[in-house]
Amino acid sequence: MAQADAGVAPLSMGRPRKEKLVTADGMPLKRALQRAERRRKLAAFLLVAPLLAFLLTVFIFPIGQMMWRSVDNPQVVNALPRTLEALRGWDGQELPEEPVFAALHADFMADADRPRREQAIGPLGIRLNYEVSAARGAISRTARNVASFEAPYREAFLDEHRLWGDPNLWRIIQREGRPLTMSYYVAALDREFDEDGRIVQRDENRRIYVNLFGRTLALSVGITLLCFLLGFPIAYWMSVLPMRYANLLMICVLLPFWTSLLVRTTAWIVLLQQQGVINTLLVQLGIIADENRLSMIYNMTGTIIAMTHILLPFMVLPLYSVMRTIPPSYMRAAKSLGATPFTAFRRVYFPQTLPGIGAGAVLVFIISIGYYITPALVGGQSGRMISNEIARHMQQSLNWGLAAALGTMLLVGVLILYWAYNRLVGADSLKFN
Amino acid sequence: MGLPPYASTGERIWYYAFRGICIAIFFFLLAPILIMIPLSFNAQPFFTFTREMLTLQPEGFSLRWYRDFLGSASWLRSIQNSFIIGAAATVLATTLGTLAALGLSRAQMPFKGLIMGILISPIIVPLIISAAGMFFFFSSVNLAQTYIGVILAHTALGVPFVVITVTATLVGFDESLTRAAASLGASPTRTFFKITMPLILPGVISGALFAFITSFDEIVIVLFVAGVEQRTIPREMWSGIREQISPTILAVATILVLLSIALLTTVELLRRRSERIRGLSPG
Repeated sequence: MAQADAGVAPLSMGRPRKEKLVTADGMPLKRALQRAERRRKLAAFLLVAPLLAFLLTVFIFPIGQMMWRSVDNPQVVNALPRTLEALRGWDGQELPEEPVFAALHADFMADADRPRREQAIGPLGIRLNYEVSAARGAISRTARNVASFEAPYREAFLDEHRLWGDPNLWRIIQREGRPLTMSYYVAALDREFDEDGRIVQRDENRRIYVNLFGRTLALSVGITLLCFLLGFPIAYWMSVLPMRYANLLMICVLLPFWTSLLVRTTAWIVLLQQQGVINTLLVQLGIIADENRLSMIYNMTGTIIAMTHILLPFMVLPLYSVMRTIPPSYMRAAKSLGATPFTAFRRVYFPQTLPGIGAGAVLVFIISIGYYITPALVGGQSGRMISNEIARHMQQSLNWGLAAALGTMLLVGVLILYWAYNRLVGADSLKFN
Repeated sequence: MGLPPYASTGERIWYYAFRGICIAIFFFLLAPILIMIPLSFNAQPFFTFTREMLTLQPEGFSLRWYRDFLGSASWLRSIQNSFIIGAAATVLATTLGTLAALGLSRAQMPFKGLIMGILISPIIVPLIISAAGMFFFFSSVNLAQTYIGVILAHTALGVPFVVITVTATLVGFDESLTRAAASLGASPTRTFFKITMPLILPGVISGALFAFITSFDEIVIVLFVAGVEQRTIPREMWSGIREQISPTILAVATILVLLSIALLTTVELLRRRSERIRGLSPG
């Protein structure tokens, strides 16, 4: 290493020399230097490697796997290979003919012979149920009785369940008989396939997700704005106070920051609920009557108040760190040149705080757009956000493909925002103390 | 910023109004947290101050919710779980994170931007998405509803904090110290433990505290990945809020607030010490 270092100066000189520079053991200097550099690179990389491998396995890969679920569509292909073969060339208008039903019968029979873990009819029922709500019942009933079916199979299937006579079901089987699907994204955008296979908007009363995305965005913008309006004055106040007082106030900002999320949410439930502190106080002061206590929680108001409180420190910290660096002499100079206090603030002070505002706003916005806990606990119906819908599909409706599609859309949005944030202020400014 | 003697009436009004607004905002920040502390001593199962409490009569106060908390097997179990999971996740995250930060702050590190992006991604990705991904992944490798699963998940969430704080500490690190140690014959390991480690220790500890509090406060991953056996304090509070909200939750909350005050003080002291060591601020 030391030898290589010693050789750097002559190498960097412009004029090439005739004889090659070599180290003490006869190796060309350039190679020795490259080798040393490579070794250092490797050493640095080896230090990072364990964590990188860990995160790639436990974090990045699972998220990729989840995103894959939003297009992965193996159920129909696995369960009905013969039927799909027979359906090829079907025009999608009239009910398919006997050969298709014979193939369907063969597929059902083949599935019953498979070992239990590999059976594909159960997943098929679940999959088709996302598209037609009676499909699961029809398929499991058919699967129970299919062994007793006799030709002609078409009549046998139609007798078993009327759903088999629905051309729409067959269109879905044909459409979803491919290993990849976009139907989850179609559903996530409140659209559906019509009879001719075109993508159209759903009926008004079945549109959920676009509105929910819109509401999530609106709530996040509102919360960001509130955080800005509340955060700006106190950050400014802290930045002009002497260090001693500023540090004291800083602790007042950091205490909520460090307090458990659930504790803060609980606090708002205690304060805002109908029998809670604020309502009781208002009733006792005679401002409102006992019977019309305000409902401030389990709705959008509750979500906004609690989330603003929770995210306010994320706005104050970057704002404060920027404001602290703005010299007060600029404002004095502006005023001495004849600006009114308001003009001086608007033209001189405010523009200098923009990096802090940008950093804080993007941070608050990114966090609030993916928020789950607080809306779930205090949001009620009107305060729900997109994360709650993802959780519902994960845990209750078990439509994991749709959950994955909604999650992927949310993730892409957040990553774009984060990229913008990075361009704006650089990730290095993410500091927590 | 004192008020100058020549300030006009308008300036005077604005000055006091501004302070009033600021104080109101601080009240908004702190009051909800602080109000739970007296309420947790309520003798009645209410979430509001009773007449006895307002008139400060001793029968208005009791420790019954604290007794409730400490006498409940599920709460005690959740405390134990929180500390087991938190401690294990912290140790893992701190070890991996510190090593990575040492590598990242070397000038020769290749693909620095990309790798840094991956390492801090767990705090960028919305928790619900991490939770969904981990739920599928841990189910497929039989780690769902196990301690190991929750610990690994929390390690991933805590790592970015360790990487960020330790990298920040290493920015002011004087490389000539390690070169001096090496030139005096110390092995790299010895140099690390004798020279580097003591200097970056404040950063490592505050990173570890962040990792711990992240795990300690984490609920979304626990909701998805943990089973009944691994219920942590936040998980127990979640059921408490959703199912039968009783003032026991306020007792727990009060204890957690006190814990966060202790942690906050520690981090603040460490930060000051670190700045003093690195000579960034006088005294």
